[in-house]
Amino acid sequence: MASTETKAHTAHTGDLAGLEAGLDALETRSTTRVPVARVLLQKAVPPLVAIALVLVVWQLAYHYEVKPHYQLPSPAEVARALQDKWLDGTLLGYVWTSLSRGALGFVASVAIGTPLGLLVARVRVVRAAIGPILSGLQSLPSVAWVPASIIWFGLSDATIYCVVLLGAVPSIANGLVAGVDQIPPLFLRAGRTIGATGVHAVRHVLLPAALPGYLAGLKQGWAFSWRSLMAAELIATSPDLGVGLGQLLEQGRELSDMPSVLAAILLILVVGIGIELLVFAPLERTVLRSRGLLVRS
Amino acid sequence: MATALTKQPAVTVDAAPHAARLEHVSKSFGRPGAETHVLDDISIDVAPGEFVCLLGASGCGKSTLLNLVAGLDRPTAGGIETPGGRPALMFQEHALFPWLTAGRNIELALRMRGVPRAERRPEAERLLELVRLRGAYGKRVHELSGGMRQRVALARALAQDSQLLLMDEPFAALDAITRDVLHEELTRIWAETRLSVLFVTHNVREAVRLAQRVVLLSSRPGRIAREWTVDIPQPRRIEDSAVAELSVEITEHLRGEIRRHGQH
Repeated sequence: MASTETKAHTAHTGDLAGLEAGLDALETRSTTRVPVARVLLQKAVPPLVAIALVLVVWQLAYHYEVKPHYQLPSPAEVARALQDKWLDGTLLGYVWTSLSRGALGFVASVAIGTPLGLLVARVRVVRAAIGPILSGLQSLPSVAWVPASIIWFGLSDATIYCVVLLGAVPSIANGLVAGVDQIPPLFLRAGRTIGATGVHAVRHVLLPAALPGYLAGLKQGWAFSWRSLMAAELIATSPDLGVGLGQLLEQGRELSDMPSVLAAILLILVVGIGIELLVFAPLERTVLRSRGLLVRS
Repeated sequence: MATALTKQPAVTVDAAPHAARLEHVSKSFGRPGAETHVLDDISIDVAPGEFVCLLGASGCGKSTLLNLVAGLDRPTAGGIETPGGRPALMFQEHALFPWLTAGRNIELALRMRGVPRAERRPEAERLLELVRLRGAYGKRVHELSGGMRQRVALARALAQDSQLLLMDEPFAALDAITRDVLHEELTRIWAETRLSVLFVTHNVREAVRLAQRVVLLSSRPGRIAREWTVDIPQPRRIEDSAVAELSVEITEHLRGEIRRHGQH
C-alpha cells in the first residue's frame, strides 16, 4: 500500500514542473499596447478643444467690447505682438533668460533640498526642529521674500536666485520627506534581513522606495521655482539684470501695452506647462509604470 | 556583517549541532510593570537540515519569535544562537522591491552578501532556475503572479546562503492550488539544499504536510504546549490520510488551547 502510494507521488512530482508552468501562464496577465493614434485622440483632442473654446469666448468678449479694446485686445493682436517679438529676434532671448535662471535655480534647490529632506525624514531631532517650519514655508508666497532679498542683495541676480531657492527648496525637501514616510515598513525589514543596513539601506532601499514621492516633490519644486522667478523678475527690474519674461511683463504694464502683457503671460504659461509635460510627466510615468503603480487607461 | 558571513568557514557550520538554538526565550513589550508578555520561556533546537513548523492561533507570538531569531528584535530574556550566520527570512507578503526586476532583487541580496559583481548574474539565474522561474529574470514584480512572487522571494532568501531559513506564513495569502504546488516546491528545494527551516503557520494541515516536527504554541503568552514528530514519509500530499489523521489530533489540542482563553 505504502509503496503504491509512493509511486503515485513520484508520478505527481515529476509533473510538478508542468503544473507550475501552467499555473504561471494562467495567472500572468498579458498587457496589450494601446495604438498610438488612439492615445493621441484621447489625450490631445480634449485640451485642444478646451483651448479653442477659450479663444472663441475671448474673441466674442472682444467683439462685444466687454472692455475697451486697449484693455482687452483680440487674440489676433496678441498673436501679432508675439510675432513682432519673434521677427525682431528678441522673443527667444526673453524666454532663454528666464528659463536658464529657472533651471539653474531649480538645480541649486535640488542640491540643497535633497540632503535637507533626508535629514528631516530620518533624524527625529531635525524633524521636530525644522519640519513644521519647512511645511509652513511652503504656504508662504515667495513674492513675500522679494523686498527682503532686494535689501540684502540689491538689484542683482543674487536677489532673484535667493527668492527662487526660498520658494523651491521647501517643496523639494517636503516631497522627499513625504516619499520616505510612505515607504512600507516591510521594505525596510526586508532590506535589513538581506543585510542592507546603514548607508546600504539608504542607497538600495530608502532612496529608490521614496522615488515616487521625491519626483512629485521635484515637480512641485519646479512649479515653485518658476513662480518665484516670475515674482522676482517682475519686481526686480534693472538694466543690469537683462530682460526675462517677468521684466517683459512689467515693461508692458509701464507702456500700457496690453497685447505685450498678454503675450508675456502666455509665454510664462507655455514654458511652465512645457517643462511639466516634456520633463516631469514622462519621468513620473516611467517610474510609476515600471513599478506597476500606473494602470494603463 | 556581510563580509564576516562569507569569510566564515563552512566547517563550523557543519560542525554545529544545531542550526538554531533558543534557550528560555521570553519577550515582553511595554513599560516595566505594565508590560504584555508575548513569549514565555521558549526553548527550541532546530537540527541542521531539520524542518520545524511552529503552529499556533493568533496571539501566540509566532511572528515575534521569528523576528527574534532573525535578529530584527532582541529577546527580553534568554538566548538565541544561529551558528550559520544571519538567517534568511521570508514574509507572508513577498516584500520584493518593486523598483527592481526579479533577477535584480536576488542580485541585491547577493551583493549585500559580498558576492563579486561578475558572479551575481549567473548565481541569480541559477537560483531562479531552482524555483523554476527561468524566464523571470527581467520581469518586474507586478508582472508576476502571487505564487511566482513568493518563489522569487524564496530565491532571494536562498541567495543569502544561510543555513537557516525562517518562513513567516509565506503561503497564507495564496490560493489553495498555488499553495499546494508551493508546498511540493518547498519540500523539493529543502531536500536539495539541506537547509534548516523554521516555518510559522496557523494552518495545521500545512504544518503536518511540510514538517518533520510540529511545535504547538499556546497563546498570550506564547508557550510551548506540545510537540509532535511527523514520521510520515516524504513526498507527502496534503490530502494523505496519514496527514489528515495527525492533523485531527493536533487540531484537537489547538482547539483546547484556544478554548482555555474563553474560560477566563
